[in-house]
Amino acid sequence: MALQSLDITRRSGTTTPSPAQRKTMEVAKLIDVSKCIGCKACQAACMEWNDTRDKIGTNHGVLDNPMDLTENSWTVMRYSEVETSRGLEWLIRKDGCMHCAKPGCLKACPAPGAIVQYSNGIVDFQEENCIGCGYCITGCPFNIPRLSKKDSKVYKCTLCSDRVAVGLEPACAKTCPTGAIVFGTKEDMMHHAQGRVADLKSRGFTSAGIYDPKGVDGTHVFYVLQHADTPGIYSGLPKAPSISGMVSIWKGVFKPVASFALALGAFGAFFHYVIKGPNEVSKENEKEFEDEK
Amino acid sequence: MTNHWVDIKNADVIIVMGGNAAEAHPCGFKWVTEAKAHNSATFIVIDPRFTRSAAVADLYCPLRTGTDIAFLGGVINYLLAHNKIQLEYVKAYTNASFIVKDGYKFDSGLFSGYDDAKRSYDKSTWAYELGPDGYAKVDETMQHPRCVLQLLKKHYSRYTPEAVSNICGTPKDIFLKVCGHIATTSAPNRTLTFMYALGWTQHTVGSQMIRTAAMVQLLLGNVGMAGGGVNALRGHSNIQGLTDLGLLSNLLPGYMSLPSETETDYKKYIAARAFKPLRPGQMSFWQNYEKFHVSLMKSWFGDAATKENNWCFDWLPKLDKVYDVLQAFELMHQGKLNGYFCQGFNPLASIPNKAKLIDGLSKLKYLVIIDPLATETSCFWEDHGEYNNVDPSKIQTEVFRLPSTCFAEENGSLTNSGRWMQWHYQGAPPPGDAKPDAQIMAGIFLKLRDLYRKEGGAFPDPILNITWGYRIPHAPSPEELAMEYNGKALADLADPTDKPKIIKKKGQQLDTFLQLRDDGSTSCGCWIFAGAWTEKGNMMARRDNSDPSGLGITLKWAFTWPANRHILYNRASCDPSGKPWDPNRKVIYWDGSKWTGADVPDFKPDIAPGNQMGPFIMQPEGVGRLFALDKMAEGPFPEHYEPFETPIDTNPLHPAVINNPAARVFKDDRGDFGTSKDFPYAATSYRVAEHFHFWTKHTRISSILQPQQFVEIGEELAKEKGIKAGDMVKVWSKRGFIKAVAVVTKRFKPLQVNGKTVHHVGIPIHWGFKGIAKNGYLANTLTPFVGDANTQTPEFKSFLVNIEKA
Repeated sequence: MALQSLDITRRSGTTTPSPAQRKTMEVAKLIDVSKCIGCKACQAACMEWNDTRDKIGTNHGVLDNPMDLTENSWTVMRYSEVETSRGLEWLIRKDGCMHCAKPGCLKACPAPGAIVQYSNGIVDFQEENCIGCGYCITGCPFNIPRLSKKDSKVYKCTLCSDRVAVGLEPACAKTCPTGAIVFGTKEDMMHHAQGRVADLKSRGFTSAGIYDPKGVDGTHVFYVLQHADTPGIYSGLPKAPSISGMVSIWKGVFKPVASFALALGAFGAFFHYVIKGPNEVSKENEKEFEDEK
Repeated sequence: MTNHWVDIKNADVIIVMGGNAAEAHPCGFKWVTEAKAHNSATFIVIDPRFTRSAAVADLYCPLRTGTDIAFLGGVINYLLAHNKIQLEYVKAYTNASFIVKDGYKFDSGLFSGYDDAKRSYDKSTWAYELGPDGYAKVDETMQHPRCVLQLLKKHYSRYTPEAVSNICGTPKDIFLKVCGHIATTSAPNRTLTFMYALGWTQHTVGSQMIRTAAMVQLLLGNVGMAGGGVNALRGHSNIQGLTDLGLLSNLLPGYMSLPSETETDYKKYIAARAFKPLRPGQMSFWQNYEKFHVSLMKSWFGDAATKENNWCFDWLPKLDKVYDVLQAFELMHQGKLNGYFCQGFNPLASIPNKAKLIDGLSKLKYLVIIDPLATETSCFWEDHGEYNNVDPSKIQTEVFRLPSTCFAEENGSLTNSGRWMQWHYQGAPPPGDAKPDAQIMAGIFLKLRDLYRKEGGAFPDPILNITWGYRIPHAPSPEELAMEYNGKALADLADPTDKPKIIKKKGQQLDTFLQLRDDGSTSCGCWIFAGAWTEKGNMMARRDNSDPSGLGITLKWAFTWPANRHILYNRASCDPSGKPWDPNRKVIYWDGSKWTGADVPDFKPDIAPGNQMGPFIMQPEGVGRLFALDKMAEGPFPEHYEPFETPIDTNPLHPAVINNPAARVFKDDRGDFGTSKDFPYAATSYRVAEHFHFWTKHTRISSILQPQQFVEIGEELAKEKGIKAGDMVKVWSKRGFIKAVAVVTKRFKPLQVNGKTVHHVGIPIHWGFKGIAKNGYLANTLTPFVGDANTQTPEFKSFLVNIEKA
């Protein structure tokens, strides 16, 4: 159930307009990878606030744990050891939903109102409307949503929409001890990020920059990277993410065609009924059935 | 900490060495990021491993575990050779100009006075040359061949960049780069801060590592300055409070000490601690020792402590030796100690050489555990297969488990690394029958006192006479205990300078330790805590974080001991004329009639600049010590000694004296040290951010974040051994083995040391056979039973192991 029902700008699988009476401030969470010490306090805070608990796993020969996002772990730290011209660098990236301005998940989702976007930019899953088709997973350029085997619903970071709705920052930002995660209006965060990039450049990171990819019209979770020219070294952060061609075809060009085909099917069925009448069981069939018993 | 957490934001250069603040102190580490963001600070990490701290450092510098003195000795040599010391500071505020006694000598790894049989020194030559007036002689020109500066130059001239690189394995160019950054802070308007933790303390030369850093800071003029100092990052949230309250076997509260068995005369006991000035006009603050001591005895024994009975001096235990934990477990092992109380402590996990600990615990008659958790120690007798391979039928020790509350389940004060005593409130009631530690102790005490009253005993006096005026005798409240350690007037106190005036009425709480008396008219449970709970109430509960100077000095937030002072030795932040060395770091200043400023002056407030009084008021000579006199066990200058288990089997500086000649080694442990032939890899144990000691393996979230025991090795060693990331490996030392998952990393690089390639094996400590994380082995199965020569802190950070795929 959307807490901010007046502030929804987009809903999946719906054609009626969304409420437009008021507009909230566009928010953003900035993750400054150059300040991250990989302490996983954000992972702990996320579990605590959302009251999710993954199972106690095993060590896989790396510090990452849990190893991947799950329906219970909405954020994970991804550690990569990279040799650059500066020597060894340990790049630690907090992974999770980017809250795209143009969300591929929402576009792909066929279930009415299962994915919504608030006017503050947060993309939120409404699990009670989710039909478990998993199209949002295909639609996501960052491979974020995870389907639960337990209830066939899809889960991901909500950007603590419940906290933000009442004027609090997300739990991860609240917890981060080094200020690597900060939260505010997108404009303020962008300004802060620019200051961080200037500091990094003064320390010799010549290709430091902001990761706010244009392919999805920017994101409401964005990064400061020491090496913005090679996002791939940050555990495979995509260089130019965009919504999958399949979704674009399905929801773009193909959507009217599909709607027409669907309508045609319904139309055909209706006339079939009118002309032929309902299907009835013949006397012979009924007898056969009785005999088999 | 000489300074405090917030003050780190004022530093220009920050060095994390002998610690890993981002990993072990992530919240305090925020001040490093503040210094980088707002002070353009350069952040350097010096560690065998590229740590989480190193991940955000401007410069990472590798070194072999246990070689920090060689490294910092090299820094001292660099600073002296390149004339990068703050000369005016060194001259006025250190003992550089003091002349050392003739006969002092350092030769081939040993200082003068060594007794091989006793493994200790006769320290009589480690002293100043005294003049006929009883004061130490100085040579203002610092040219005298036996003045401290000249001896210092000579001692560290051996620590060339080449020697450093050869011992530490640090590439010479990186070492010189670090020296360059450090040297910039010899300017009066730049400061360096050292942040260290157990990575320095847990070596057989741990105390001397810290001293070397302190010497570097004195040479640079960084002690007493905002953004300077030598800063110990304490581990447990109240471990600072533990040492402050004297919970070590040889200490009394407030860093006073118990008498030794030869000190049976009260007057002599006091005289040996109430140091007389070694230079004219010095404050030598420990001259007040008797006031603190008598007030403590009055606090403990009330009316029973009188001038006539020397304030119950005879009731104090007289030590024949230090009873540290290694000593305690050695005595258990020998069968000489047969009952053990274990409060908030899990020694089976926290003390080295698990096999020896199991042996000792198995010989006890009884073991009492006071802890919120079912610790490994409380279950040492349980068979947990390879994790704890014991036969319960052969162990007769009776174990009592008394469940206590954890910190969040009671009111109280926690003292942080920066000496801030912060009051906290109960967050939730304790589960089940758990009781606060004070209640448990009170219950035991009252029962004991009853028994002594009814049945008598060999020496009942201290038990029968201890003051116990708590409102509920079996449940002393944290508030009552806090008021007790603050201290109060036992009679009306007259103003010493204005006699008839009464400054405190009988029964009133004291404001400061300056009000303590040696005539029995005051009581105080811990003199340095005086001021924490005054007539105005609980000063520790204050929560006004206003910071008028912008330097992070918040005098209205909680209470900082001593005397609410945030930066120790802050008189040294001003030049001899009373002007701050750096106008942007105006901590205190002389306003023409008194010392004042953002902080509480660490000085006599009315002594004008130009007077002879030095800024290091606790020292009889009033200055910081580059030469430590007789205060350290192994020498007045720190010298590089190898760990007891060294991967290079020699000491390149003096092959005849390889490791600390003054470290205590028990007979049975000698044979338990391995050599590089069988154990070729340098091992070091440490903590990871996801866990807290051996506690959080009992909590679900921490266990999710880092579920299973692992060890870290470099890619090169992994390749040599055919180990892949995720493989199960066996790691063993002379004392036992563990099995864990291998994390193969680029963050451990092989180092070239004395013509040999040295690989490290990193061993996080957090797992064990109790808790909800995946069960594992206690890491201290591997570590050696030997400690620092001064503190006896075990050498957890440097030992030898072998490793193979399990």
